[in-house]
Amino acid sequence: MNDTAFVSTGQVGRSLPRVEARAKVTGTAEYIHNFRLPGMLIGKICRSTVPHGRIRHIDTSAAAAIPGVYAIVTGEDIRKIIPDPYYGPAFHDQPILALDKVRFVGEPVAVALAADPHIAENAARAITVEYDELPAVYDEVEAVTATAYVHDVLKPAGTFADLKHLVGRRQTNVALDFHLRRGDVEAEFAAADHVFAHEFRTQQVMHTPLEPFVSVAEAANGAVTIHTASQNPSFVRVEIARLLGLKENRVRVRTAFLGGGFGGKLYIKLEALVTALTLIAQRPVKVSLTMEEQFFTITRHPCTFRIKSAVTKDGRVTARKCEVYYNGGAYADIGPRVAQKSGFAAAGPYDIANVHIDSFETYTNRPPAGALRGFGTPQLVWAYESHTDLIARALSLDPVEFRRRNLLRDGRPQATGTVMRDAPLAAVLERAAAAIGWGQPFDRGSGPVKRGRGIAIGFKASISPTASVAIVNLSGDGSCTLYCGTVDMGQGSTTAMAQIAADCLGIEAETVRVIAADTDVTPYDMGTLGSRSTYHMGLAIQRAAADAKAKLAALAAELGVPEGTNLPIAELFRRKYGAQAGNIIGTGSFMPSHKSPDPQTGQTDDATPYWMSAATGCEVEVDTETGRFRILRLVNVADCGTAINPRIVETQLTGATVMQLGFTVYEGMEFTDGQLRNPSFAEYKIPGIRDMPARLEGEIVTSRQGGGPFGAKGVGESGTYAVSPAIANAIHDAVGVRISALPITAEKVYRALREAAGNPLPED
Amino acid sequence: MTAPSRTIAFTLNGRPVTAEVAPHHTLIEVLRDGFGLYGARESCGQGLCGCCTVLLDGRGVSSCLYLAVFADGAELVTVEHLAAGGELDPVQEAFIEAGAFQCGFCTPGFVLMTKQLLDEHPDPSDDQIRHYLSGNLCRCGTYPQIVEAVKLAARKRGSV
Repeated sequence: MNDTAFVSTGQVGRSLPRVEARAKVTGTAEYIHNFRLPGMLIGKICRSTVPHGRIRHIDTSAAAAIPGVYAIVTGEDIRKIIPDPYYGPAFHDQPILALDKVRFVGEPVAVALAADPHIAENAARAITVEYDELPAVYDEVEAVTATAYVHDVLKPAGTFADLKHLVGRRQTNVALDFHLRRGDVEAEFAAADHVFAHEFRTQQVMHTPLEPFVSVAEAANGAVTIHTASQNPSFVRVEIARLLGLKENRVRVRTAFLGGGFGGKLYIKLEALVTALTLIAQRPVKVSLTMEEQFFTITRHPCTFRIKSAVTKDGRVTARKCEVYYNGGAYADIGPRVAQKSGFAAAGPYDIANVHIDSFETYTNRPPAGALRGFGTPQLVWAYESHTDLIARALSLDPVEFRRRNLLRDGRPQATGTVMRDAPLAAVLERAAAAIGWGQPFDRGSGPVKRGRGIAIGFKASISPTASVAIVNLSGDGSCTLYCGTVDMGQGSTTAMAQIAADCLGIEAETVRVIAADTDVTPYDMGTLGSRSTYHMGLAIQRAAADAKAKLAALAAELGVPEGTNLPIAELFRRKYGAQAGNIIGTGSFMPSHKSPDPQTGQTDDATPYWMSAATGCEVEVDTETGRFRILRLVNVADCGTAINPRIVETQLTGATVMQLGFTVYEGMEFTDGQLRNPSFAEYKIPGIRDMPARLEGEIVTSRQGGGPFGAKGVGESGTYAVSPAIANAIHDAVGVRISALPITAEKVYRALREAAGNPLPED
Repeated sequence: MTAPSRTIAFTLNGRPVTAEVAPHHTLIEVLRDGFGLYGARESCGQGLCGCCTVLLDGRGVSSCLYLAVFADGAELVTVEHLAAGGELDPVQEAFIEAGAFQCGFCTPGFVLMTKQLLDEHPDPSDDQIRHYLSGNLCRCGTYPQIVEAVKLAARKRGSV
């Protein structure tokens, strides 16, 4: 089928308010946070107090003796009902509750169950655990050569071909090593006019969805139902079925609206735990995390990136070598995919003939890291766009002109060998430059307060290959119900999917009812992640709608209705059934083509169905006497193909900008000997309304994604790519100092200023 | 818990009500468990995010920290009251029209604080908007649209 053959009937491109808008402003929208069942028990978690240790003894007696406590459950209790209670999308490495060993401070060790949450909490605090501490490793670079091993033996899940060589491997903390080789970088470095090498680092941060992680499970008659704030219920179903040895149809996973997800609510979080608890307690069980506990659940990878480039005297980058170390924490989660899928784009959106990339996912004794709005990409862009800026400045080239000269153009191969298509990188860069007034004179400040401007651009491939399936159901009165496993966590998918279905069917988007993900009724979808839903689910919906329309046409023919009569659907049903009755069910599925990269060279001519790009312009004011800086203007420009709902796209773009602003200048998980010092909003500051730059803008570059539904593609992550380096580049432009490790703080800027002045501050 | 409970009486969304509460019970627990009101939500648990905001005698309080016993005799309004007659409050209409939310989890708190702001300052300055809403966090980062919604709500209220 030719997916671009659909002619829009005007529903796509409308900025209608979200279809659930009324429910959200009246407080009646459903979240699992509010879900409860009769007879439900509350589980509160006792967590590890040491970063790495063998469990010597767990004393539950005092906790169990508290009146009102239903049960205390440990890992060993779970092992009795689930013999191999380890889960994970890439490695089966994470126990439902710690077994034998703990691997980070905050790891769940035991659970107290009670009907009253206060009693459960007191009981969880009364559990005492003794450990034999083991040497620990925290740094992603040290982890590669350390002799402290987080896992005794590696256990790849078998789902990914490029992890098979790690089966049974011992004495390593490397959970994935991705390699890309194109041309000969060493020869180029030897012959180059200029060689530049830098190292950049990013810190550990957390999604902090305001609806904290929550799952509820109930079990009866050999079947389990899990109500969970999850971004990928289909995965949860498959994984829980595997753990319990059940068929998929005995496991039901349903979601509601998510109070934020950002990649955190993917794969298994609390689902396996509540399932085990309900099977043990024979009562429904709910576990809701506190904000503090979220920091011990999943995070964004800290990253160290060593980057080296060969550059000609006229400003052409001819070779680039990238060594990327991702700190995956104690459990792999989806980290190996982050290291691979982001790794292959580590050299940036530039046309470079010789590229050498080594990307490592490492285990350490920190809270696990997984996907967070960009899947490793913001860490990469931070490094390659800071590096790019430093090169331009060193060669006295205009930073925008230097990028322009090296940018990948459509039709040229990216480092994997996959040819770039429908990636308007140049338009995105030019638009961001124009929006910030690049090249025009501006007030550079006076006295101790200086101003500067910075720009940065990033890109990302889609996660491939992944499948989506959709069902369009037309009822006897002609109304349309859409069954779609895409989870609405705030990105507006319910509205966008209704618009796509409505456009195909020639009806008003507001009249379409979208059924939230529930594996009992909604068909398979790989997950709401990686900005994949608009493209993949959008195409599945287009196909389902086309199928429904074909069946309608067949019904009309069967009833002898002449072609082109345009009889209302309800009338067709009435003629067929003699009443308001019946259904027409259209189904559609989509999975893009894909070719796995060669394991030695990372080369493939089909790495991704589409590329996403974004550029950020920033203007900043720096007080040279204190290092304090103020962001005056932040403009984020992204390409999303056709905007299904331009209003929602713009909101997503500015929203992602705000989130990445937090990761750039405020947020950072701070550790001492593996102990997290700031797991709360009192000490881990996320952006509030007072932290908004004076001017914050989001802009879409109009383009068309070939193969996409109505020419659309994803945009949920794009706003995060280039924010951090744009800010660092602007600070450099203002006061001539470079911050190479996130977050950028006034203290770091002040220290750099003192150092540049030859008068460094003493270290703490 | 064997803590002694006591009966409190207060006005909830315009109706007189009573509740049995223990000394450690917070207002949000009573609203949720005793009255089935879920518009106020506990998120940070420290009174820093504003998701649990309710209006107590017209002023926003963090119901996750506010002990229920102190609500004795008070007049309490939750987000559920704003459209009780089926008509949306102008603040709610403005939030929809300005597209001022994404996941919607924080929205009831923002809506109630905006109501308090506009009750006290019908034509607020940018600084007043930022001041009143500085205790509400939106992780989706919808702040520019929220500011727009507050201004739109002020215009709507001014014209009726």
